[in-house]
Amino acid sequence: MLELIVVSTLNGVLFGMLLFLMASGLTLIFSMMGVLNFAHASFYMLGAFFGFQLSRWTGFWPGLVLAPLLVGALGALVERYGLRHVHRHGHVAELLFTFGLAYVVEEVVQMIWGKLPADYRVPEALDFAAFTVFSTNYPAYKMFMLLIAIGIFVVLFAVLTRTRAGLIIQAALSRPDMVAMLGHNVPRVFMLAFGCGTGLAALAGVIAGPALVTQSNMAALLGPILFVVVVVGGLGSLAGAFIASLLIGLVQTFAVALDVSLADVFGAVGITLGPDSFLADIWRVTIAQVAPILPYLLLVLMLIFRPRGLLGTRDS
Amino acid sequence: MNEATKHATLAAAPAAPPGALRRYGVWIAAAAVFVALPHIFASGTAMTVMSLMGIGIIFALSYNMLLGQTGMLSFGHAVYYGLGAFCAVHVMNLAIRHVVPVPLVLVPLVGGLGGLLFGIVFGSVSTKRGGIAFAMISLGLAELVSSSAFILRGFFGGEEGITTNRTKLLHLFHWTFGPQIQVYYLIAAWCLLCMIAMYALTRTPFGRMCNAVRDNPERAQFVGYNPQTVRFIAFCLSGFFAGIAGGLGAINFEIVNSSYVGLGPSGTVLISAYLGGVGYFVGPVIGAVLVTYIQLMLSDATEIWQLYFGLLFIAIVAFAPGGVASLVMKHAPLWRARVMHRLVPAYLLALAPALVMLAGVSLVIEMTFRLTVKASEPSAMTFFHVPLDAAAALPWIAAAVFIAGGFWLFRRSWPVVDRAWSEAAAAARARSATP
Repeated sequence: MLELIVVSTLNGVLFGMLLFLMASGLTLIFSMMGVLNFAHASFYMLGAFFGFQLSRWTGFWPGLVLAPLLVGALGALVERYGLRHVHRHGHVAELLFTFGLAYVVEEVVQMIWGKLPADYRVPEALDFAAFTVFSTNYPAYKMFMLLIAIGIFVVLFAVLTRTRAGLIIQAALSRPDMVAMLGHNVPRVFMLAFGCGTGLAALAGVIAGPALVTQSNMAALLGPILFVVVVVGGLGSLAGAFIASLLIGLVQTFAVALDVSLADVFGAVGITLGPDSFLADIWRVTIAQVAPILPYLLLVLMLIFRPRGLLGTRDS
Repeated sequence: MNEATKHATLAAAPAAPPGALRRYGVWIAAAAVFVALPHIFASGTAMTVMSLMGIGIIFALSYNMLLGQTGMLSFGHAVYYGLGAFCAVHVMNLAIRHVVPVPLVLVPLVGGLGGLLFGIVFGSVSTKRGGIAFAMISLGLAELVSSSAFILRGFFGGEEGITTNRTKLLHLFHWTFGPQIQVYYLIAAWCLLCMIAMYALTRTPFGRMCNAVRDNPERAQFVGYNPQTVRFIAFCLSGFFAGIAGGLGAINFEIVNSSYVGLGPSGTVLISAYLGGVGYFVGPVIGAVLVTYIQLMLSDATEIWQLYFGLLFIAIVAFAPGGVASLVMKHAPLWRARVMHRLVPAYLLALAPALVMLAGVSLVIEMTFRLTVKASEPSAMTFFHVPLDAAAALPWIAAAVFIAGGFWLFRRSWPVVDRAWSEAAAAARARSATP
């Protein structure tokens, strides 16, 4: 039991940190530009596939650096020549533009790399067990992922709170018009923020690619969870996104490990239900089976009891 | 009477004195078209396509009650379509076992009530907030329902779904609904009914309040309406009509599975409504017909049709955010002033380089597809009946020339179109000034 708790906590924190790498970019972009980037998870997927392709040509390490840069540049281009153009049609048009983009990216990835999972491997230098918890060998690559994620988190935090650029970004989060009045080139700040945000998502993709599955549906799988993180944390709140990322990471990892159903719980105290009952489906389903829907249940509960999200201040 | 409705009646007043023919003429014409269509396109395929279009029209119009009328962008509208379909299919199976006496013609209503019920349940949660938050919540709810489809197997039927047999229900007037043409007429009748109902709804004070909430929720609150309530009611009604479409889908396919509630149909209905134009009532109708047709036509022509479909959607969002309907409506005054012919040469001039550019883009896409996904097959292929080798350099150079040259010429032709447009518009204004 203790083993399960330790391993699940590690995995949960890891997944949560990965989510935060993406949610931070999404939150930054949303708070500054008012654009909910529907294609954010698509940039994560592009990061994984670029990393995969580069690792074939040059090895894993150059890919780790180059892929996020390339995807970030691509993101900046999308902002400059796509979103900025659509901006005058309003937020709905912007959101729909990124929605169309997500659709196209998935099709392009399928067209180039096919529908089957790509053979993206953990680099040999990290392909060993870092330590053993009770009987479980914990892979070094996962520790590496965790370190990278925490490192980026620290750097991001430092940049946002300690540097001039960070101050401008923070100011643009709450009062973009005021920042423009002070003479900053807000469209360029937007472009850079969009580039950085998508680059961060791509970095998450590169490091997650070998550990999870690199496949053309990975964006569609992760995208909705990302939105749950942002809504549960509170729209536009970085700290909220951080807490929500960890929360959802932990909830999902622990849920997968728990093979218990209502029937087991009530069976232990002697209450049973016939197999033909209307509730039989809910009765027998295990927590591990409902793990995929837990984030969405959390979302619904959050909306009922605290519509603003954990640390949200805005209403829309 | 509140301000918004007063404004609405004033706006409607100048066009008010229509006779019965002018008022109902559109609907009579629509009914005539629905009746006549199977006589013009009598093949089995055409019948299937037209049935799908009818379902698509109801679904897209119900979606536009949210996006176009009330300003709520939903990424999960298929939830109400799908749940309506599941309710309908369960009731059909109960009717076959003589548990409940429901004739087939009323099954779509059952679907609608199912959609309404789930609209009330989910709407009470999701319409608390408008704007972007609503969009994300709708996506979360859609994921919740589509993931639940594999857990609650009793209701959703798991992977294989739930099948039924539409001919086994209670027969009215000896209609068996075995042949597709009878199903088509059933769909057409419901489609017409729903279109009239949804159009009538936009003319009521409630419909006007929806527009007010879309345009300025704060102001709507000032005149004494709670935007949350208005959004909630619009959401429930939209769920009702989506459910009717779902019920018709259940009748048409005789199988309902988890893909009904998935993100796929939600995306398609969003694209349909937007492509057609959310600003006009007729927009989603055009969109549903177009999208159904494009999907069938493109999927015959190329294996990667979804990519083209996505690119088309992006192009519409970027360059014609009003959709096809607004493009057509822009030309209405010119058409009425009979100056349309002045635009034709300019349009043709711009069309030629645009087509060259599109051909270049399409060539690149098709050759990439041939070299990557179909790497095991020979690189020789045909593009619009032109044989070429995707591995050779020449076609790639040609494609690059097509794209660059087409783009350059298109940019050059744009001022010509612009000038022709302003001249035609000026002529139209001059004509309307001197009747």
